[in-house]
Amino acid sequence: MVEKAVALSALLFVLGALGALTRRNLIVILMSIELMLNAVNLALVAFSRQWGDLAGHVFVLMVIVVAAAEVAVGLGIVLSLFRNRESVNVEDVSLLKW
Amino acid sequence: MIDLLFYLFAALAVAGALGMLLNVKNTVAGALSLVGTMVSLGAIYVLLDAYLIGVLQILVYAGAILVVFLFVVMLLNLRQDVFSPERLRGTKLLGVVIGALVCVELILLVPSALGPAAGIPADFGGYRALGAALFTDWVLAFEVTSLLLLAAMVGAVILAKRSID
Amino acid sequence: MVEAGAYPLLRWIVLLPLLAAAIHGVALALLRRPLGRTATLLLSVGAPAVAFVIAFLALIRLIAAPPEQRVLSDLLFTWIGAGSFSADVAFLLDPLSAVMTLVVTGVGTLIHVYSVGYMDDDHREDRGFQRFFCYLNLFLFSMLVLVLGDNLVLMFLGWEGVGLCSYLLIGFWFSDRWNAYCGSKAFIVNRIGDFGFLIGIFLLFWSLAEVDAATVNFRELAEALPRIAEQTVTLPSWLGFLPGAPTWKLTTLIGICFFLGAAGKSAQIPLYIWLPDAMAGPTPVSALIHAATMVTAGVYMVCRLDFLYAVSPGASALIAWTGAITAIFAATIAIAQTDIKKVLAYSTVSQLGYMFLAAGCGAYSAAIFHVVTHAFFKALLFLGSGAVILAMHHEQDIDKMGGLRAHIPWTHRWFLLGVLAIAGFPFMSGFYSKDEILLSAWLAHDLPGHQVLYAIALATAGLTAFYMLRLHFRTFLGESRVPLEQRPHIHDPVQWILAPLAVLGVLSVFGGFLGPSAALNPVPGVAPEHSNSLANFLASALHGAQHEVAFATERWLAVTSVAVAGLGALLAAWLYLWSPQLPARIRTVLAGLHRWVANKYYVDEAYDAVFVRPVVSFSENVLYRGIDVGLIDDAAVNGSAHFVRGFASGVLRHFQSGLTQGYLFLVALGTLAIASYLVAG
Repeated sequence: MVEKAVALSALLFVLGALGALTRRNLIVILMSIELMLNAVNLALVAFSRQWGDLAGHVFVLMVIVVAAAEVAVGLGIVLSLFRNRESVNVEDVSLLKW
Repeated sequence: MIDLLFYLFAALAVAGALGMLLNVKNTVAGALSLVGTMVSLGAIYVLLDAYLIGVLQILVYAGAILVVFLFVVMLLNLRQDVFSPERLRGTKLLGVVIGALVCVELILLVPSALGPAAGIPADFGGYRALGAALFTDWVLAFEVTSLLLLAAMVGAVILAKRSID
Repeated sequence: MVEAGAYPLLRWIVLLPLLAAAIHGVALALLRRPLGRTATLLLSVGAPAVAFVIAFLALIRLIAAPPEQRVLSDLLFTWIGAGSFSADVAFLLDPLSAVMTLVVTGVGTLIHVYSVGYMDDDHREDRGFQRFFCYLNLFLFSMLVLVLGDNLVLMFLGWEGVGLCSYLLIGFWFSDRWNAYCGSKAFIVNRIGDFGFLIGIFLLFWSLAEVDAATVNFRELAEALPRIAEQTVTLPSWLGFLPGAPTWKLTTLIGICFFLGAAGKSAQIPLYIWLPDAMAGPTPVSALIHAATMVTAGVYMVCRLDFLYAVSPGASALIAWTGAITAIFAATIAIAQTDIKKVLAYSTVSQLGYMFLAAGCGAYSAAIFHVVTHAFFKALLFLGSGAVILAMHHEQDIDKMGGLRAHIPWTHRWFLLGVLAIAGFPFMSGFYSKDEILLSAWLAHDLPGHQVLYAIALATAGLTAFYMLRLHFRTFLGESRVPLEQRPHIHDPVQWILAPLAVLGVLSVFGGFLGPSAALNPVPGVAPEHSNSLANFLASALHGAQHEVAFATERWLAVTSVAVAGLGALLAAWLYLWSPQLPARIRTVLAGLHRWVANKYYVDEAYDAVFVRPVVSFSENVLYRGIDVGLIDDAAVNGSAHFVRGFASGVLRHFQSGLTQGYLFLVALGTLAIASYLVAG
């Protein structure tokens, strides 16, 4: 089952990456990033189960904490952006264009 | 039996992910399908003997993080997503193809690298074992994450304020 | 090696003209104020005159010393010192260089005096009185360095210097592009010869270095040469058609290289083409440079390296044959020329051929004797022709002259003396020196085909008499073809011009008594130790072939040459004095031949087609358009600029789109790449 879990993790990661690269709604992008992080968590748990090492679980805990913090700050940014530009379309925030 | 459950929850997870991805018009629906994914993943964690993690997954991810997402979506009153399919069709297809390739590559790679399964103790993944590890071997990481959370809190508050006075 | 006596005055022979040139140059270039006329005269005429006096005093010192110790030297400083090799700026006065120095400074002074009168009359816009004297003195300096230098490198410095001054002076009236072209031609052809000179120096030095005797000093070279005298080189197989192949003596190869340089400087075949065109310069320049001094530098060089040519029979044979063929070739061209100076130019080429013939036969002192007498009468002839040109207001075509004897009697008299001298009138200077040369050709038994050489030289003597007398008759005697309105304006030139003519005239007549052969002594009973004095004087420096010959043979040879010359003179008189309509009829009958000869056998045109045009075309199309403009400018410089611009605007621009997802995509790609690398490796 561990191999299947890892396979699932890969699939979910790729889906999350596709979503982050393709969708233009900032919120959806952030959600796709969450999906990627979850895929990584799944892989970590699977490996931890395979080798009986609890370090994997601890790592997962850290990832969850980081994801939470990132969501908080990221959504704060989205809010500020929305207040200034009335849009959450990621193509509208291209001030770094050459 | 366990395998069957695993397949079931795996299918649910993927369905939820696809639901979020392919949903163009309704962001709330997309967030909610992602909740489904999170819960399925929590179930899979339990199947993998990671009990505490599974519970935490549902509590934190499904119950907190995605709720925050929903709050923000509703706060911003987003209904429509601007998404013009004509322009991105070619690159979307390319992306899908590349993604499929990467996925297949990863799937093929891993089993050969896994090695033999190790035996696990009975309370593997329970709160007692994880707590002991967290507060003895990994206590530094634990403390640092508390700092991280503090920083995130302060940042979120400042970013979301209407004005700084 | 004999210890050379120190003579510190030697340096002033060289430095005085340099000083004069420098003062003129500074005045012209920096102060931009020409010196007053008196100052210019004192400086420019005084410098060579004082140099002549010093040279004369040194000569007296030399004569007073016993024959084995006739060497004076003056060391200024070490110019190049590298390890055991050193080339000094040092001057060496031995009999050979003493004779040359006296000729250069003496004739030079006379020509400077002449130039005062000549350039005064010059009314062109780019008159340049002072510039002329600056260049003239610079030339004298270079020539003296060439003659007095004690090593090959210093001699080469002087060699190049005279080439440069020749260019400056030929193209003196540079506002006429033709003059500038002639100057360039002289310089470029000289440079081809200089290439040979340099290769010779390198070969000599290298071969001597292999036997641990590396030097460029002449006296050390003379001592060290026997060590490589028997070495041979193997020619590559594609040169197998050359005589004596495949093994040649090393010294022969070196000698040929040096002779290439001499051929360039002294206008022998195949590098003589610059000298007739060099007549575009003012007449004093032609007299000084292209008659008396610079062109004899090649002869001097060959005689200076007599120790080399003594052990290189192949090179000596080449020199003799080249000289002989050049002599007759140039003489045939001269008989059909109608410009006074061109006739004299080809005559110079021909007489230089005589000198090389003598040098090739081993009679170096005969060659130097002819250098001396040729300097006298050729300078006289050129200066005289300059006087004629001035009188005719810069008309140089002899077909428009004639009967000038009545108008410019003194010029006519001195010119006639010069003509007689070059033709070999008995007991004049040319007679003695030419007979020495004919004698040396007759006696050169080691040289293959020396009888043919003698025959060629004899025929050339006849031709010389013919064309010189032709020139004289057409210019001064007979019916006057000068336009009527010009006739009253023709008069003898000023004293500045006539005085040098007189001095040179006297020298042309009596100069032969410097070294007459004992057999041809005009005054019987005079002690034999006074004859051959020049040869005896030079014998301590030159080591030519020694021959014993009976007086009777010498006298018969002399009679033969006088007879042949007389025939030539009679022919000239018949065609140009007694039956002046004959030449025109001959010209129409032999029209094709005449056109060939009058156009110098189209050699210049041939060179132009074979060498000049391809090189210029290659340079223009391949090197300039192809490589410089096309490759370097367009492809390399502009091309790289275009490439950078295209690359940046086409490719690099998309990396900075400002779109977050673009950047994300790149991040993903990079991560994928690293992950693949880690997994694969």
